[in-house]
Amino acid sequence: MKDRYCLLNHFEITESDLRKVMAVALEKGGDYADLYFEHTFNNYLALQDGAVNRAGSNIDYGVGIRVVSGDQTGYAFVESTSLDDMIKAARTASRIASATSVVPSAAIDQKAFTNHYPIVRSWEDESIQKKIPFLQQLNDRIFELDARVVKVNASMNDSTSYILYYNSEGLLCCDYRPMGVLAGLCIMQQDGKTENAYASRAARKDIRFLTGELVEQVAQEAVNNTALMFDAIKPKGGEMQVVMGAGGSGILLHEAIGHAFEADFNRKQISIFSDKLGKKICDEHINVVDDGLIDGDRGAINFDDEGIAGQKTYIVKDGVLNSYLHDRISAKYYGVSPTGNGRRQSFRYVPIPRMRSTFMENGNYSEEEIIAAVKKGIYVDNFTNGQVQIGAGDFTFFVKSGYLIENGKKTRPIKDINIIGNGPKALADVTMVGNNLKIDQGAWTCGKDGQSMPVSQGLPTVLVKQLTVGGN
Amino acid sequence: MISQKNKELAEWAMRFALKQGCSDARVSVYSGTYNSFDYRDTQLDKLEQSSENGLSIHLYVDGKFGAYATNRLDKTELERFISNGIEATRYLAKDEFRQLPDPVRYYRGDGKGLNTYDAGHETVSVDEKMALIKNTTAEVYGKDKRVISVSASYNDGVNSSFVITSNGFEGELDTTTFGLSAETAMKGQDDSRPSSYWYDSAVFWEKLRKTGIGTTAYERTVRKLGQEKIASGVFPMLVDNTQSRQLLSPLIAALNGNAIQQKNSFLMDKLNECIVSDQLTLIDDPHIVGAQGSRWFDGEGVATKRMTVIDKGVLKTYYIDTYSGLKMNMTPTIQGPSILTCKLGDKNFDRLLETIKKGIWVTGFNGGNSNSTTGDFSFGVEGFLIENGKAVKPVNEMNITGNLLVLWKNIIEIGNDPFLISSWRIPSIVFDAVNFSGK
Repeated sequence: MKDRYCLLNHFEITESDLRKVMAVALEKGGDYADLYFEHTFNNYLALQDGAVNRAGSNIDYGVGIRVVSGDQTGYAFVESTSLDDMIKAARTASRIASATSVVPSAAIDQKAFTNHYPIVRSWEDESIQKKIPFLQQLNDRIFELDARVVKVNASMNDSTSYILYYNSEGLLCCDYRPMGVLAGLCIMQQDGKTENAYASRAARKDIRFLTGELVEQVAQEAVNNTALMFDAIKPKGGEMQVVMGAGGSGILLHEAIGHAFEADFNRKQISIFSDKLGKKICDEHINVVDDGLIDGDRGAINFDDEGIAGQKTYIVKDGVLNSYLHDRISAKYYGVSPTGNGRRQSFRYVPIPRMRSTFMENGNYSEEEIIAAVKKGIYVDNFTNGQVQIGAGDFTFFVKSGYLIENGKKTRPIKDINIIGNGPKALADVTMVGNNLKIDQGAWTCGKDGQSMPVSQGLPTVLVKQLTVGGN
Repeated sequence: MISQKNKELAEWAMRFALKQGCSDARVSVYSGTYNSFDYRDTQLDKLEQSSENGLSIHLYVDGKFGAYATNRLDKTELERFISNGIEATRYLAKDEFRQLPDPVRYYRGDGKGLNTYDAGHETVSVDEKMALIKNTTAEVYGKDKRVISVSASYNDGVNSSFVITSNGFEGELDTTTFGLSAETAMKGQDDSRPSSYWYDSAVFWEKLRKTGIGTTAYERTVRKLGQEKIASGVFPMLVDNTQSRQLLSPLIAALNGNAIQQKNSFLMDKLNECIVSDQLTLIDDPHIVGAQGSRWFDGEGVATKRMTVIDKGVLKTYYIDTYSGLKMNMTPTIQGPSILTCKLGDKNFDRLLETIKKGIWVTGFNGGNSNSTTGDFSFGVEGFLIENGKAVKPVNEMNITGNLLVLWKNIIEIGNDPFLISSWRIPSIVFDAVNFSGK
């Protein structure tokens, strides 16, 4: 494995190159500039019809150059780190500014950060031979668990990103970002009906991520959720109480409020939470966190893509909107410190405020107490996707499966329904919070402005007193 | 355009792979150049300009298959990359169905005639592009105190690809796109800040709509003010042409050969059966001159042709690539749709609206999904309540739920207004008896 503190040799550049490119980036002025070097190796492996019969990889290499002037951004990337190519890109990005040149810091301050995803060996140094048995095992275990299984699609993805970041303040830092994902799709048939369900696990870990226990978890989840579908019904639609089970239900936070707390939307005054900073927005026992410091978590970051240390940010503290999620531009606009949320999909994109691992802290109720409090409603804990309209506040998430709640008890399974609500109202309508916080380990990927970003999310079991549920 | 140097690189990569033991190989090289400019209220917000190149290679080795891609085009690195790919592929299970297409299915023309490339794209100056977004925001900025923010984006791109296979295919595709969009956010009820957008997209700069995008975005936002949820019920649903293709999308996904082969499709075993209303005839029309999505060949090099997908409600074809075709012992067709067109009705949108006594006009979907094996769906929607042929109230925060085959069987009428900005040129459609969940 390479030295994670400095990858200058890896990118075949020198400190002198960095200074020269930076000087060009700021030759027309601007407040700030940064260079983001990335070399990413993605590998995938897939199983269909009982055999691991497809593999692939993708290598992406380049540098993104950004110049910021006020809240204006100039950006260009190149797929080469030759000095000439970088200078050409820097000149393009510099066009955003139109003042006199600025002299960047001559001193280079190399900084190390706490490592939240230590590894022994890089994924790209691991042989495909080591990974294949886990996919085969996943396939075999899913078939073994239920005789109704007719097809299994299993896949394994891993990636390795080498990152070198340098900015006009002289900060230089390097990172190695691993990611592993194991996923299984189970398809079953019963009495002429076909159903499917998908399960995944993801982590910023090396190959030690792949274990027999992990395979068992994915297999069990895929099989159990598929089997449930045959008996499931669609509930009668309309407004009702919704109990959100611990774990993946963190999608409620991500969609209902998380995006609306991203500071770019608020800086532009287009979020429904734009005027709510410092105001009480929900029950005083509620704390909502966006955390980049969970070791090995899919949303963990040692530093964000603007060189700001990963951190734990309380979005909601004791029911009060405590902080937006900032990148450098929005932090400057609001006169606060950046929160380490400036992230980008790759060197091809500008960093923007993004979530990391978003969850609600524990409350005092047991899940049993929460379910018992509902006379008629639904319990949901398995989701596929969600989205939000930032300004209107309307968010949705799709429930793959869950249960009806009748007279305080989970009864019939339900499936394939969309739930829709309004962010501020939904948060204010959280009336009970469980004591069983779980961070979901699935391969959640968040989309915004055309950029995909790995995130995680979690929730203790909560009761939302009213959401609009799709149904018959 | 792909440079001669990169075409030679593709051929070299293919020959290198064969020399290293591959029985077959397919190599694609691509290049792209992109510009985008964003304007917010009265100032430039962001400019981005970039270009990229890459190579992807499909390796068929010892009856096994792997697909690899890189943007590192140095020959020494590529040699290592391809050798590593071959080594990794050799560890996989044999898959006798992984083969290149039968060469008789390849496109053999000269690649000309579809007009998907604006040769004059370089003559458009940065100043012209900047003026476009400035003028677009100026259509709205300062004209209504309720407007919080108006933004406009311009983007253009030049994309080129060249494909070569070891069993005799060579093909090249060059496309240009120009896009202009606007988004307006307004002060609504309470803390709400509803927003809406409008856009245009074209293959040729001259054909790009350059005025009125901001105004349309503004009008689409104004009409949303006062949105509210209404009582649940079963109503006719008018889906306008900006949205109707969203409901078609899961149907098209269910026609994919891999989904069929994996029993992961609610349209399995439905060929030549009536699956939807006899009012629906859907054509894949890949050779419309000057249109986005127009192409002579698919990703495998197989020649595209006009084909009827659904004929008066009867399913006539799946999208089957070489691999799925061999696996299912079915005749392959094409990997996926190019340009979808629909047999049109005789009413425009306004006349469709007039036919509805009480119903909901859907102007946007908000999340939701469908079950790929059953066709059950549930989507969030917004739009307008229709009473006596008129849109009387904006509605939001509602869900529609049902089954896609039932929904598409229940077509009342298809409009005559295909959405030409998209390669899926679907008109407005009225569906009967749709289950809306609200209050």
